[in-house]
Amino acid sequence: MAKKNLLDPNANGFIEHDHNNDGIDRRGFLKCMAWAGTGALCVIEGGVLKSHALASQMGSEMKSHKMGELSFVQISDSHMGFNKPANPDVIATLQAAVDKINALPEKPEFILHTGDISHLSKPSEFDNVDQILKATNKEIFFVPGEHDVLNDEGVMFRERYGKNSKGQGWYSFDKNGVHFIGLVNVMNLKAGGLGTLGNEQLEWMEDDVKHLKSSTPIVVFAHIPLWSVYPQWGWGTDDSGQALSYLKKFGSVTVLNGHIHQTMQKVEGNITFHTAFSTAFPQPAPGQGEGPGPMKVPAEQLRSILGITDVNYVQGRHALAVVDSTLA
Amino acid sequence: MTKRKLLFGSFALTLPLALATVLIMHPTRAKSEAAASPTEVRVDNFTFGPATLTVPVNSTVTWINKDDLPHVIASDDGVFKSKALDTDDKYSYTFSKAGTYAYYCSIHPKMVGKIIVQ
Repeated sequence: MAKKNLLDPNANGFIEHDHNNDGIDRRGFLKCMAWAGTGALCVIEGGVLKSHALASQMGSEMKSHKMGELSFVQISDSHMGFNKPANPDVIATLQAAVDKINALPEKPEFILHTGDISHLSKPSEFDNVDQILKATNKEIFFVPGEHDVLNDEGVMFRERYGKNSKGQGWYSFDKNGVHFIGLVNVMNLKAGGLGTLGNEQLEWMEDDVKHLKSSTPIVVFAHIPLWSVYPQWGWGTDDSGQALSYLKKFGSVTVLNGHIHQTMQKVEGNITFHTAFSTAFPQPAPGQGEGPGPMKVPAEQLRSILGITDVNYVQGRHALAVVDSTLA
Repeated sequence: MTKRKLLFGSFALTLPLALATVLIMHPTRAKSEAAASPTEVRVDNFTFGPATLTVPVNSTVTWINKDDLPHVIASDDGVFKSKALDTDDKYSYTFSKAGTYAYYCSIHPKMVGKIIVQ
């Protein structure tokens, strides 16, 4: 495989000119977008994000990393039931995501789905997703997107995917020494606001992490970004700052979100934020175009902006490697 | 509303009965619906158009979703709330009391609007 460095090798992060203090600057953002469609690898060491093009992952650099202590996959926004021009066949693209997962060289132990499983919260839509994902043969952990809790305050979602969850569907679990926290930020949204966690969930979370050693790697996953990606379009969570304040003592925190149907990264202190591709349809870059609706691209390009995220944790390195790859 | 129901064959039989009921129960509402456009709010590209709509008491306001994604119309204080409206779905609410009704999309809460009833 030809080695190709798609990014400035001197770039250590993305946010270079954050005038609005909202986590986005134009240069940094374009750099993030340069990753989308090519696949990229991030390694976080000592709070510094180091980026590599996916093509170089196969090179000698990565061979020095002993991969495989914990590997899992994140998928997001499958929007089963969507049938508009932006993707008339979301079944086919979810199946392509499953094929991609099954072909990964490093076999994932489980899958996280960060919400918008369905498009309209219909049982048949959830059934279709369950049927397709069965072919991965993996345990799957879900958090709801707003499309999964449309008409019943999430009752059906919790019956299907949240049997052991607390409150409106939040929970935590441990795998190979990593503590995972699944949060719900798509319910009880207030007029004019963003995503919301709410006091009950925040109190649970504070208590949930209290007993953990600060060396425990933390992975938080939720549908709407837990950082301010673009509040004008609702791409953020009002009380995420409170939630993240409980994680200050930890050396390694990785936050995985969906909702915005494109990959984006940000590092802030000990926390690395990452958003995943959708498996269904792309959405425009923040502020590009008139609004955050489905984006129609030429059919032959669609699969190059849909994809999956592969995450590897190597014990003792305080580093989770996050790799996006497209369905193309 | 009438037009949409006609699209569904199974509703064809019940339609005359439903219409008759509406006419008997709410003669003024039937009239104001006939006037159409001033009481319609288009939900398009994640905005309500018009964002502020002023109507007389007893008007029925109809929201129609023109987006490729669903929206839910909900008043801030819980007076009214639609089910999820998929593309081209409509939701109507009749305002029988004067006042200002702030509403939003409960799944995209940045979308806000206002109905002023005089």
